[in-house]
Amino acid sequence: MTFITKPKLHHPQLAANSLGYTRRDYEGSVSTLCAGCGHDSISAAIIQACYELELPPHRIAKLSGIGCSSKTPDYFLGNSHGFNTVHGRMPSVLTGANLANRDLIYLGVSGDGDSASIGFGQFAHSVRRGVNMTYIVENNGVYGLTKGQFSATSDKGSKSKRGVVNTDAGIDLVSVALQLGATFVARSFSGDKAQLVPLIKAALAHRGSAFIDCLSPCVQFNNHAGSTKSFDYVREHNEAVNRMDVVPPRAPIHIDYAPGATLAVTQHDGSVLQLHKLSEHYDPTDRIAAMGFLAERQAAGEIVTGLLFVDPEAEDLHEAISTVEAPLNTLGTRDLVPGGAALAKINESLR
Amino acid sequence: MLPTNTKGPDYYHKVVDCQLACPAHTPVPEYIRLIAEGRYNDAYMINWRSNVFPGVLGRTCDRPCEPACRRGRVEDEPVAICRLKRVCADNKDDVVDRMPQGPFPKNGKRIALVGAGPASLGVARDLAPLGYELVCFDGDPTSGGMIRSQIPRFRLPEEIIDEEVGYITRLGVELRLGQRIDSLKALMAEGYDAIFVGSGAPRGRELDIPGRQEAGANIHIGIDWLSSVSFGHINSIGKRVIVLGGGNTAMDCCRTSRRLGGDDVKVIVRSGFEEMKASPWEKEDAMHEDIPIINMRVPKQFTHENGKLTGVLFEVVEAQYDEKGRRKLVPSGKPDEHYECDDVLVAVGQENAFPWIERDIGMEFDEWDVPKVDPITMESTVPGIFFGGDAAFGPKNIIWAVAHAHEAAISIDHYCNGIPVTERIAPKTTLVSQKMGIHEWSYDNDISNDLRHRVPLRDKALALKDVRMEVEIGFDRALGYREAERCFNCDVQTVFDEPLCIECDACTDICPVDCITFTENGEEADLRTRLSAPALNLAQDLLVSKPLKTGRVMVKDEDVCLHCGLCAERCPTGAWDMQKFLLGMAQAGEGACQSR
Repeated sequence: MTFITKPKLHHPQLAANSLGYTRRDYEGSVSTLCAGCGHDSISAAIIQACYELELPPHRIAKLSGIGCSSKTPDYFLGNSHGFNTVHGRMPSVLTGANLANRDLIYLGVSGDGDSASIGFGQFAHSVRRGVNMTYIVENNGVYGLTKGQFSATSDKGSKSKRGVVNTDAGIDLVSVALQLGATFVARSFSGDKAQLVPLIKAALAHRGSAFIDCLSPCVQFNNHAGSTKSFDYVREHNEAVNRMDVVPPRAPIHIDYAPGATLAVTQHDGSVLQLHKLSEHYDPTDRIAAMGFLAERQAAGEIVTGLLFVDPEAEDLHEAISTVEAPLNTLGTRDLVPGGAALAKINESLR
Repeated sequence: MLPTNTKGPDYYHKVVDCQLACPAHTPVPEYIRLIAEGRYNDAYMINWRSNVFPGVLGRTCDRPCEPACRRGRVEDEPVAICRLKRVCADNKDDVVDRMPQGPFPKNGKRIALVGAGPASLGVARDLAPLGYELVCFDGDPTSGGMIRSQIPRFRLPEEIIDEEVGYITRLGVELRLGQRIDSLKALMAEGYDAIFVGSGAPRGRELDIPGRQEAGANIHIGIDWLSSVSFGHINSIGKRVIVLGGGNTAMDCCRTSRRLGGDDVKVIVRSGFEEMKASPWEKEDAMHEDIPIINMRVPKQFTHENGKLTGVLFEVVEAQYDEKGRRKLVPSGKPDEHYECDDVLVAVGQENAFPWIERDIGMEFDEWDVPKVDPITMESTVPGIFFGGDAAFGPKNIIWAVAHAHEAAISIDHYCNGIPVTERIAPKTTLVSQKMGIHEWSYDNDISNDLRHRVPLRDKALALKDVRMEVEIGFDRALGYREAERCFNCDVQTVFDEPLCIECDACTDICPVDCITFTENGEEADLRTRLSAPALNLAQDLLVSKPLKTGRVMVKDEDVCLHCGLCAERCPTGAWDMQKFLLGMAQAGEGACQSR
């Protein structure tokens, strides 16, 4: 870890976005994670994405559980709301917060232990309910804080730093999320910001449950030969199905790719995802095909990355349960105490 | 781009912009760190080795280092390097025992030094410990040259000059003061093994406009007048004074006038304010003493009545730029302006004057009638006769004179030992890791957020009463520490070791000034546009690595690096390391004046 604070001085050409904030304004405190941790790169990608989307920091709520990954919200968006929950309980707290105040942008940050072990059920239910959120799992396949045991996402047959072979089957969170009905599913790699930043931007703009599984090598305990989550392994086996540009709502769209090679998906907020196909027959709007493709490539030892599935017409939990349009804290006495006539009407409907 | 070659003295020296900009290449960050540590003696000796007059320069240097200072690129103002130098000079103990101790065994060679200013004294300091017999002539009755005669005492107290000139004369220099050299031919005939000419640029330029002769009694040439004040021959001036000229001499003239009875002192300059030759801080100091600077006025005529000066008539001009951006002053059409005054000081430039050099000794002169001097060896076209300081290439400043002196001393030493003077000695460099622990460095890498501290001044009313009272009080130790902490330690280099890099991006993510990028290689012009932050300062190099495992390269733009070491702290494999680069310029005889 680093003992000095990051100097306030910045590059003289550092630009401000339309809100007057520079990228540096979206930073948090200096990371206390191990030097070289993939999670720090994901933090940097989140900072970049929020800066580019010109999000007002005070309109973002970042929630996390327990673990190396769940420490990271301290290292970005220092001026946003934060909640560091009990281990594995981030999805429930996020769901509750979202129901109470639907106007904030929700960013859940979790790890493979937090989401695939102790919080597996929580993860599953928040996704299947369609909570409007961006859920990022910083997936390093190892329990770093307890010194390197296999986690639930470690692949079967991969080796620990001490040479032990994992005999348990690994959980593939992307496949699970697809099965559970997530309406935005992506996988990326902490070492590839060109891919990761647009994915985070698209996820933040997505209405519904957006899930990103981000491989994030643990430099300390899972970056050796025999690991399937090391920098070298992921770089060798990375099979990106597409590259993406996120075009904000109402911005002019430039097509500079050959026709047929680009797919434009307009999201609910009007932003356009321009997907440049890398894998010829991959269709990211077909959930079933995506699941099949993933299973097939996984069996071949490849790690499929990119935007794997998106449903631009998705609805979220609020629509499903017909909640009131406004955040609960803005409701006045008139809304909350509608009076005897309203009560009589409700009672009548229940007779 | 090809991988950057960081071997040898050149690459990393360029990163230490202040040291590179200093003509004498003083290791600035090294002595600033020592000041922060309170090691004033050590800091002084580093300066003394490089620039010979730390106490003098800490008050008067033209500070080419400060515009070069990297801090000025990320903040409004650079580190106050010059005034920090004064801090070590003010706070040191007796350092004489750390200087070379004579008497030195004589080597049988005799060198004549013409002029007893900074250039000659610099040569003397380098050569005396090597056993040279040095004979130094000066027309003035004192040593120090322009340091003593032209720089006003309120900027530089006499005892500082005595002390630092004394450090040199105690090494064994025979001073023949009051003995002006009138003939180089005669001097050559005296059989010296080599001659060094450090006679300065002693002639103030004249201003020949109508009325100059008639009103001459109240029109003075700036540098002559300043030296008369310095030597106590003049101690008053009229109440209303006009100073003509926009250089540092003009600033000294107007501020001196304010102290000798000038209540209404004006500087009136041909050029615009920005183009004036005076350093910005000297203009500031003058204005602080209630001296207006009036620009775009060309003197036309000295007005006089009954043989007495009454004022100066000026033509009002304006700047016009041609298509090449060159400036021309053209009449503005406005009516001429007349300013009344009792005295005029003319400070419109100074020149070399060599009436004492015979033209039949084989020395080549250039188109401006000054001797041709080799800018590296400092030798004239007559073997064995060397030049330095203002005498070599016209008026510059003390630090240039010192730099010339070091080079001339090497040449003289070579010349006297039968080594070709063109053979130069490479600077000595070291590059040493500053790593102390996992995240601990032997330098203070925490960047101070302080803005530049102002140098405390003496109360204006008091300062203006006495021409010999030093106006700047200087930083005290506490303020000196805080200013020293503003230094980025640019000599602590970010050294990259490709085989160790795993391309985890940690350095890119943490860098506060976005100077590190991992990308596909390309031509420099293209690469400069593709970095995390575009590298627009073409004067600053890119550090390009060998190809990495993914085929990409690491590119670091040196331009605004804070040398905070966070890249190295966040690097999991030690591919980045912070290593201190020290460069000591070569001096005659392996540098006998090295601090010890």
